[in-house]
Amino acid sequence: MRYLDEFRDPSLVPPLRARIERAASRLGRRATLMEVCGTHTMSIARYGLRELLPASVHLVSGPGCPVCVTPIGYVDHAIALARRPGTVIATFGDMVRVPGSTTSLGAEQGRGARIQVVFSSLDALKLARREPETEVIFLAVGFETTAPTTAATLRQAIAEGTRNFSLLCAHKTIPTALEGLARQPARLDGLLCPPHVSAIIGTRPYERVAAIGIPCVVGGFEPLDILLAVAMLLEQLADGRAEVENEYRRVVARDGNARARAILEELFEPCDAEWRGLGVVPGSGLRLRAEHSAHDAAARFEVSLEPPREPRGCRCAATPDECPLFGKACTPEDPVGACMVSSEGTCAAYHRYGGLR
Amino acid sequence: MCVGIPMKLVAIEGELGTVEAAGVEREVGLALLEHPRIGDYVLVHAGYAIEQIDPEEAQETLALLREAGLLDPEPGATGAPPRNAS
Ligand code: SF4
Repeated sequence: MRYLDEFRDPSLVPPLRARIERAASRLGRRATLMEVCGTHTMSIARYGLRELLPASVHLVSGPGCPVCVTPIGYVDHAIALARRPGTVIATFGDMVRVPGSTTSLGAEQGRGARIQVVFSSLDALKLARREPETEVIFLAVGFETTAPTTAATLRQAIAEGTRNFSLLCAHKTIPTALEGLARQPARLDGLLCPPHVSAIIGTRPYERVAAIGIPCVVGGFEPLDILLAVAMLLEQLADGRAEVENEYRRVVARDGNARARAILEELFEPCDAEWRGLGVVPGSGLRLRAEHSAHDAAARFEVSLEPPREPRGCRCAATPDECPLFGKACTPEDPVGACMVSSEGTCAAYHRYGGLR
Repeated sequence: MCVGIPMKLVAIEGELGTVEAAGVEREVGLALLEHPRIGDYVLVHAGYAIEQIDPEEAQETLALLREAGLLDPEPGATGAPPRNAS
């Protein structure tokens, strides 16, 4: 396939490896690089890229799996809404099996709740049009890549007057969370920044992170993209630079997608947000603007919620090699934590492809 | 959730379009693109085209990848071409 196969060409791996090795030996010390995005985590595990890197280069997984960072209280809220009569919860498939405090959406479905898996918020809107008597609640999770798609669909719903379509909103934004991570004492040497988030926000927001002294490179999802981005990060470190560079120019412009951001800002505004594993990060969430509260499921439907309870023994905040449940009590078939459910979760990636080292 | 596969835009009807890859066609929202054109390769995420792929930049990155084995980047030189450095 065009723009895919070229970036998987195995004959180009050895020269890239050599370039990485040259930079690593020039640097002459250990380097810890964080891949922010869950799809990077998946790609790295799938293509065995960790094994191609020198021993001094460590890749650690960041907070970039939208399902994994969604707090358990949100899952509980969705479940409580699913129990309302005359309601359909429309959601991306990964959310269905995420454990809430005591149950999951999937388990509720077995008890008669209506859960509809969709590929797009547009499908949820279609469902609302088809069933005007049903309240369709779309679980709006995801980062800057997904949030504008939710916004565009809601804009459409408002324009056409589809009132039985609402959102349970937990969209999050990446750069503020990264800035927090970059300032943490546990030293990160560089960030492999998320490509499709960057397609929307551009590369400018990372300049604040680079200013703290952490090199940032936006890199694509294909194996050669990732290797080149790692080489660029190591070269920055070896040169003593901390800049924002862009390996993924075929998609990401410095200013990102202004139209998508304008639609997003028309409907949403920043708010504080809780990240599972990180806690509350000020200004890192998006909520519906007050004038659209008629489409805000949290404001429209009153449900009672118990205090959220994290699954016992789950350490999604750390890495799976430190978790005693990994592969034993916790598997993709019977997950304890969100990271084992999501197709982009670190635990799921490690379980599927191996990769503990 | 985040799997963006490059797909070719083959039809446009208002804010909806049809994209194709490996013989599979899908309907996508085009509301997030400024100027969608038939023949563009776009990245699809959650049912929307979120960005077009720039063919020239793609070629430049490929050229850079192919050069990786031939060139030993000078200390101080950036790993990417200087144009549009961000
Ligand atoms: S293996 Fe399961 S229990 Fe352990 S951290 Fe991962 S998701 Fe949580």
